[in-house]
Amino acid sequence: SISIQVRINQSSSLSSSIIHVLFSVPRNYDPTLHPFEVPREYTRALNATKLERVFAKPFVGSLDGHRDGINCMAKHSKSLSILLSGSCDGELKLWDLPKRKCVRTIQAHDGFVRGICSRFCGTSFFTVGDDKTVKKWNMETPGYGEREEPLSTILGKAMFTGIDHHQKDATFATCGQTVDIWDEQRSSPVRSFSWGVDSFSCVRYNPVETELLASCASDRSIVLYDMREATPLKKVVMKLRSNTLCWNPMEAYFFTCSNEDYNLYTYDMRRLNAPVTVHMDHVSAVLDLDYSPTGREFVSASFDKTIRIFRKDGGHSREVYHTKRMQHVICVKWSADNKYILSGSDEMNIRLWKANASEKLGLLSPREKEAHNYNQKLKEKFQHHPQLRRIARHRHLPRDIYKQRRELKEMLGSRRRKEKNVIKHSKPGSVPVVAERQKHVVNVE
Amino acid sequence: WGGSSLVGNTLAYEQEDPGSNPTYYHSPLSCSEGKGYLMVHTLVNFHIFPLSHRKKLTERSEASTQVSEFSVNAEGEGEKVKLSDLLGKMEKTPKNLNKTKKQLKDLEKKSDTLELPLSRQEKEKIQREVAYVKTSTEVSRWESVVTQNRNAEQLVFPLIQEPSGPKRIEQVVSGWKAQTPLEQEIFSLLHCNLQPTHDPVLTPVEEASLKAMSLEEAKIRRAELQKARALQSYYEAKAKRERKIKSKKYHKVQSKAKRKEFLKKFEDLCKTDPQAALEEFKKMELLRMEERMSLKHQNSGKWAKSKVIMGKYDLVARKAMQEQLEMNKDLTQKLVVPSEDEEQEQEEPKALPDFVNDPEPVGDPANPWMRGQLSAEALGPEVSHEVERPTEQFPERKEEEEEEEPENEEEALLREFEQKRRLRQSEDKGFEPVVSEEQEVDEAENREAEEELSEKGEKDDEDGLAEFKNLFNRLVEPVILETGEEQGDEGLEEGLVRIHSLDDTELLANDHEASLVEPVPSDTSNMEASACPPSKNSKKVKVIDPSEVLTKQAKVIKVPHAPMMVEDEEVRNEQTTIIKEAFAGDDVVSDFLKDKRKLEEDSMPKVVDLTLPGWGEWGGVGLKPSRFKRRKFRIKPAPLPPRKDQKLPAVIISEKRNAALAAHQVCQLPFPFTKPEQFERTICSPVGNTWNTHNVMRKLTAPKVVTQMGAIIEPIAKDDFIKDKNPSKPQPNLQLTKDSSLAKTAPPGHKRRKK
Repeated sequence: SISIQVRINQSSSLSSSIIHVLFSVPRNYDPTLHPFEVPREYTRALNATKLERVFAKPFVGSLDGHRDGINCMAKHSKSLSILLSGSCDGELKLWDLPKRKCVRTIQAHDGFVRGICSRFCGTSFFTVGDDKTVKKWNMETPGYGEREEPLSTILGKAMFTGIDHHQKDATFATCGQTVDIWDEQRSSPVRSFSWGVDSFSCVRYNPVETELLASCASDRSIVLYDMREATPLKKVVMKLRSNTLCWNPMEAYFFTCSNEDYNLYTYDMRRLNAPVTVHMDHVSAVLDLDYSPTGREFVSASFDKTIRIFRKDGGHSREVYHTKRMQHVICVKWSADNKYILSGSDEMNIRLWKANASEKLGLLSPREKEAHNYNQKLKEKFQHHPQLRRIARHRHLPRDIYKQRRELKEMLGSRRRKEKNVIKHSKPGSVPVVAERQKHVVNVE
Repeated sequence: WGGSSLVGNTLAYEQEDPGSNPTYYHSPLSCSEGKGYLMVHTLVNFHIFPLSHRKKLTERSEASTQVSEFSVNAEGEGEKVKLSDLLGKMEKTPKNLNKTKKQLKDLEKKSDTLELPLSRQEKEKIQREVAYVKTSTEVSRWESVVTQNRNAEQLVFPLIQEPSGPKRIEQVVSGWKAQTPLEQEIFSLLHCNLQPTHDPVLTPVEEASLKAMSLEEAKIRRAELQKARALQSYYEAKAKRERKIKSKKYHKVQSKAKRKEFLKKFEDLCKTDPQAALEEFKKMELLRMEERMSLKHQNSGKWAKSKVIMGKYDLVARKAMQEQLEMNKDLTQKLVVPSEDEEQEQEEPKALPDFVNDPEPVGDPANPWMRGQLSAEALGPEVSHEVERPTEQFPERKEEEEEEEPENEEEALLREFEQKRRLRQSEDKGFEPVVSEEQEVDEAENREAEEELSEKGEKDDEDGLAEFKNLFNRLVEPVILETGEEQGDEGLEEGLVRIHSLDDTELLANDHEASLVEPVPSDTSNMEASACPPSKNSKKVKVIDPSEVLTKQAKVIKVPHAPMMVEDEEVRNEQTTIIKEAFAGDDVVSDFLKDKRKLEEDSMPKVVDLTLPGWGEWGGVGLKPSRFKRRKFRIKPAPLPPRKDQKLPAVIISEKRNAALAAHQVCQLPFPFTKPEQFERTICSPVGNTWNTHNVMRKLTAPKVVTQMGAIIEPIAKDDFIKDKNPSKPQPNLQLTKDSSLAKTAPPGHKRRKK
C-alpha cells in the first residue's frame, strides 16, 4: 500500500474520490454505533474555531522602498504578480509581489501621484498628478540605455485628482474640476461633466455596466454618469463627504462609498434615497475601499490606522487588521485572485495581507481541503452558540483604537438614548422614528 | 416689437423660401447709416406694407455692413405685423411653394402663441431624469443574475471557466509555423485534403457534396426511406400476427416447414461449401447442447419420464424424482446476496410501520391469518394445503405456482415484521424478571398510574421502552463479549510475561484476582444481561450471537509486543488493584438507586396545609382544628406528569435548568430560522464522516465560494450573462479607434458555465 500512496502523492491529478475508493474501509454507519453526534460535532467546531484563531496570522509581508507616503495603488489587469504604486513625492513604483521587490521606479509627476490605472489589456498604464498632466506609460521596462519616458502626456487645464480606465474600450475618465471622458487618441476630453462648481475626488467606471460612472464630489455628493448621455444622471448629497467609492464587480447596480463620518455606505443605484447598508466600525474617516473580485466582501482603509473587511451586506466588519507601525492607511486593494489584500499607508510601506486570516497558503492536499471544508461547515453550523461566537469574534485592537471605539460607542449610545427619550416624552406620532439608514442622506437630485 | 426681433423675423422668412424672389428683400437696407433707426423703421414699413405694391427692386447690398445692430430700437412698437401682409406677396409666386403657403395659412388661423422654451436648468433636469430612468431599467436586467448568484449553492470563480483539456493550436498561439519535419508533413497532408485548420466542421469536399445534393435527389431519397419504413412496419405486423396464433398445429406445421427448408439449405451448403456447412453444423450442435443443459434435472428427460411412470408404484423412484426436481430448483434458483441494508432494517425497529408493532388481537386461534402465522414458517398448514390440492385442483396447479411468487414476497415481508415483533416481545419478557425489588415497587406504582392512561398511550410507551431495551441490550452485549475477549487476551498475554521472581508470580496472582473482581462496576448491565442468557433453545431471547452469524472464524492478528509492554502492564495492574482497594466498600448501584428515589421524592409536589388553628373556633394547647377544616384547607397539588426516567432503571433525567449548561446554549433563535424546531433540526443532523458516507459528507461540506489558485477573477461580463434583445445596440457616441478591436478579449473557446 505504501507504493500506491507514493504514487498518489506524485500524481496530483488523482482526485480524492479515487483515493477514497482505494483506501476505503467498509464502515458501519448505524447511528446507534456512533452516539452523541451533536456534542461531538460541537467539540469539533469549538476546536476548529480555536485553531482558526490560533492560526490567524494575516500579515504576509511589506513592500518597502517609497520615500514618501503612498497615495495610490493599482492592480495589473492581466497579471496577479504586478502592483503599481504612486507616492506623495511623485514617484511611481512597479512591484513584483511574489519576490516582494521593486522592479521599476519612475519619477512620474511633480507633486503627488494622484491616481493610477492600468489599461484593460495590461500593456500600459495611466497616471495623473498634481502637475496637471495625464501620462501614459508602457508596462514593460525600457531597455538598457533607453530613458524612462511616458508614451504620451496630456496637459490639462486643471489639476487631476483621480483616473479610471474603461473595462473594454480605449477610453478613460479623469476627475478634478470636472469629470472628463477621454479618448486615448485625443489630447482633449471627449466629454466633460460638471454639475455646479465642485471638485471631484474620485471617479470609477462600473466594471459590469461599462458605460456607467460614479464620482465623489467635494460638496458631499456622489454623482452618477452615463457615458452615452449628455448630462449626469443623479446626485446624492450626504451629510459628510465621501472620499472614494467602488462598484461591486458581480452585482452591477451596487456601489459602496467610504465616508468621512467613519462609515461606509452601500447604495443601490436605482434607489438612492437611502443606502442599502451602513457599514460601521471604523473610528476615523474611511479613506479607501476595494471590493473583492467575488463581490462578496470589501476591504476598507481608514485614517484610524486599521484595515477592516466587511461582508457586502454586513453592518459590521468581519475582520480588522493592524500593525504597530502602520500609520494612516491611504489606499487599499483586493487582489484579483481573492486571496490577498494590499494596503498602502502614510509611513511609506505597502503591506500584503491574507484575505482570510487563518487560511493556509499554498497547495492543499485533498484530505486537507476536505478537513478544511468540514471545519468551515462546523463553524458555520455552530456559529450561534455563545462560546464559539465569543472565540470567533474576539480580536485584538491597539489601545488607542480600542479607547476611541469605546468612546464612539458611548456617544452613539447616548444619542440613541436621547432620541428614544424624545420620542417617549412627546405626543405619540409627532416625532417620527428614523432608521439609521435614513439619517445620512440629505438630498437626492 | 423690437427692431432686432423684426430683423430676425425677416431673416427667418428669408430662410424659408430663398429661391422665391431674390429681388424684394434687400433694397431697403441700402439706406445710409446716418439715418439710423428711422431708416430701419421705414425699412420695416416698406418691407411689410408696401410689399404687395412694389414689384421691382434693382438695388442690392449687404445689410450687416450698413445697419448697425446697436442702432436698432423699438420704434415701431404697437404696430403689429400681420401674416396676411406677408402672404400677399406670396400669392403671385410659382406653384412649388404651395405647401409653404398652406402651412403659413394654417399658422395664420392659429391665434395662440407658442410657449417659451424651457430654461437650461429645467431642460437638463428633465434630460437627467429621462437618462436616469433609462439606465436604471437597463441595469435592472441584472436582477435575475444577481439573485441567482446570491442563492446559488456554490459559486465557482472565475465564473466563466476555460474549457479543460487540450486546446487547439490556433487558440494558444496566433502566429505559429510548422517547423519540424513531422509538423510540416502533417500540415502538408492536411493541406492536400483541404482540411480547414481553424474551424474544422466540414471539409470543402464535404461542403461540395452537400451542395451537390439537389432537392429532387432529396425527395427521391425521402420516398425510398418512406417505402422502406412502410415495408418494415408491414413485416412487423405480420410477424406479430403470426406469433399470436394459438393453434399448435399451425405452429407445428410452420416449424416443420422451416426445418425442412433449413435442412435443404444445409444439404445444398454441404455440396457447395463444406467448410461453411461444418461451421453451421457446429453451431447447431452448440444450440442443441445448450438446450439440453437447460433441460438438465427436469422431468422432461427420458430418465425422468420413466421415473414418473415408475413413481406411481415405486417409492424409491418417486424419491429419486423428487431429488432430481429439488436439484433443479437449487440450480435454477437465483443467488440472493444478503445486502447490508436488509440487516440494518431488521435491526432497526423504528423503520417499521406502526401497525406492525401493534400487538395481535387475540381472535380466532384457528385462523392462520389472524394468528399471524405464515405459510413458510409454519409448514403444517402449507403441507395440508398441498395435500388437499392434488385431489381437488391438480390441473390448475401450474398456474397457481406462477401466482405464488408475488404472494411469497408479501409473505416474506410480513414474516420479517413478525420476527421483529417477536424479537422485541421476547426481549421484553426477558427483561421483566430482572427487575430488582425496588424497581418492582416502582413498576407497581407505575402500573397504577398507567391504568389511567389510555390504551394507545400505553402501547406507545411500551413500544418505546421495548425499543430502548432492545438498544440497551445491544449496547450491553458487546460489553460482555469484550470482557470475555479481554480475559482471553490476558491469558495469552500471560504467556508472554516472563516470570523472573516470586514477586512476579504474586503480582500475577493479584492480577488474576483483580480480573475476577473486575466486573463489579458494570454490575447493572451485567445484572440485566446475565438474566437473559442467550439460550439457544428458547425462542424468546433473540439476541444476535456473533458466533451464530459469523460462520467463519475471525483471523486472530498477532501483534508483537514491545518489551516496554511488560512494565506498563505491571503498572496498570498495580493501579487497578489500588483503585479496587480504594472503592472496595462502594456499592455504586444501590447508591445510584437511592439517589434516584430521593430525587423522585423531592420532585413530588407537597401537600400544603393552610389551616389556621383557632380561626373560627377555639384554639389553644391540645386543641386541633376540626377534621372538616383540615380537609378543606389541605391543598393537594395536581399530580405531576410522569417522570421521563420512570421506566429507565439506569438513568436519571433531570429537567431542571442548568445554569452552567445554559452558558453553552443558544438563547435566541438565530435569524433565518422561524421556529426553534428548524434550528434544532439543523443542529441535530450531523455533517461529519463519522455519520455520513464520504460522498454525502463532501456534498454537505461543499463551500459556498470556490476560487482557484492564481486565477484572475474578472468582473461579471454582460455578454455572457445577459442576452441582448436588440443585437444592434446603440454604440456610445464616442468615436472609438482601432484599439477598440482589442476590447473583445474573450477567446472563442469561452462558454457559459451553467449553474
